[in-house]
Amino acid sequence: MVEAEDLEERIRQGVGDVSHIVVKDLTGTKDHWEALIVSQSFSGKSAIEQHQMVYAALGELMAGPVHALALKTYSPESWHKQEG
Amino acid sequence: MEDTLQERIQGIIDSNDVVLFMKGTKHFPQCGFSATVVEVLRRSGSDFQDVNVLEDPDIRQGIKEFANWPTIPQLYVRGKFVGGCDIIREMYEKGELDAVLSAKES
Repeated sequence: MVEAEDLEERIRQGVGDVSHIVVKDLTGTKDHWEALIVSQSFSGKSAIEQHQMVYAALGELMAGPVHALALKTYSPESWHKQEG
Repeated sequence: MEDTLQERIQGIIDSNDVVLFMKGTKHFPQCGFSATVVEVLRRSGSDFQDVNVLEDPDIRQGIKEFANWPTIPQLYVRGKFVGGCDIIREMYEKGELDAVLSAKES
């Protein structure tokens, strides 16, 4: 099993320049997670590339402990647009 | 991943315009995320080849390495990896999926 803080820390480290992050346990079983992440590192990257960066940051956690991870990734610009 | 598995995956992707590597089948999806993509494709009116990774452990592991993407489902259109459940649902909601599905050979 993994804790929200573990995921958050790994993502902050692996992705870098994270200005906003919310990690949520969707089912209370600590294996179905949702993460909303805003980072300068995502600027100019496709959705696939952004998600691959997050998966790379989580590494082996994605091969078992984390069964599902719903991702919402934004660059600061697209996040402000989203926020309106 | 050994070459034969890589070739087998490549063969599946090359011989179908739209391929969904999923858990279960298009008629009996066995995972919420796979079922979501099946539903999105149905609404988009797009036929597709389903590949049930639950029946093929080699493909289930190999496809993750193939796309450098650790989860299932995975959608491929005309040989190109388009995304997993989040991305496909977002593209559908933004009306971007139809363009990808119907785009002719580039």
